Amino acid sequence: IAGVPLRVSSATEDAIAAFTGGADVGVGDISLIAPEIAENGNTVPIEVASETAAEILVLATGNPTPGVAIFKFGPLSASRAASTRIRLAGTQDVVAIAKLEDGSFVQASSTVKVTIGGCGG
Amino acid sequence: MASGVKPRVKVPKTAAVGDTITIKTLISHKMESGQRKDKEGNVIPRSIINRFTCDFNGENVVDVKMEPAISTNPYFEFEAKVPEAGEFKFTWYDDDGSVYETSKSIAISG
Repeated sequence: IAGVPLRVSSATEDAIAAFTGGADVGVGDISLIAPEIAENGNTVPIEVASETAAEILVLATGNPTPGVAIFKFGPLSASRAASTRIRLAGTQDVVAIAKLEDGSFVQASSTVKVTIGGCGG
Repeated sequence: MASGVKPRVKVPKTAAVGDTITIKTLISHKMESGQRKDKEGNVIPRSIINRFTCDFNGENVVDVKMEPAISTNPYFEFEAKVPEAGEFKFTWYDDDGSVYETSKSIAISG
């Protein structure tokens, strides 16, 4: 299979199912900020935010293992937002799924073009 | 314990009651992903920090489960409410069982 990663790999589907318990994932109160082009896949800045989220799952769908992080927001978190830096093996979609306080799930995704991969292959 | 692990956090020294503050944290750690190979072609075993938590006076602010896709020297930025004077406690959990901790106190202004 040439260069283009599958939009959703089975490992990604498994990770999403483990997080949502198979519930439907809609669109709504979630944002994922990631660069359009990352020159260095070793450290790609991302930010996730969702005013009503209890937890946010972040997946890199084109990495050898898709899991990136799960943010759980406690009673003293102000905005339900966090920034971090992640590794991306190549050009791919980054996906964020929030579990909202009402128990529903919403999703956002962003395609990042990676010039140099970040998984040491 | 992985060598050279040094946590750094940035928290304002004072805030008003009910204020929202921004916290930045960085910990020096190689975050070996378990995907890389050495010169002989052997896989270098995974060695990462797998969890980070921030609490204030015993109440949770954020609890992050971390995978190998988190970059070397893990960085997190987030916002916390400050209901009273007290202490932010930051904890990182290493794959090898090490726990790294640091804390910052904050006073109430005005």
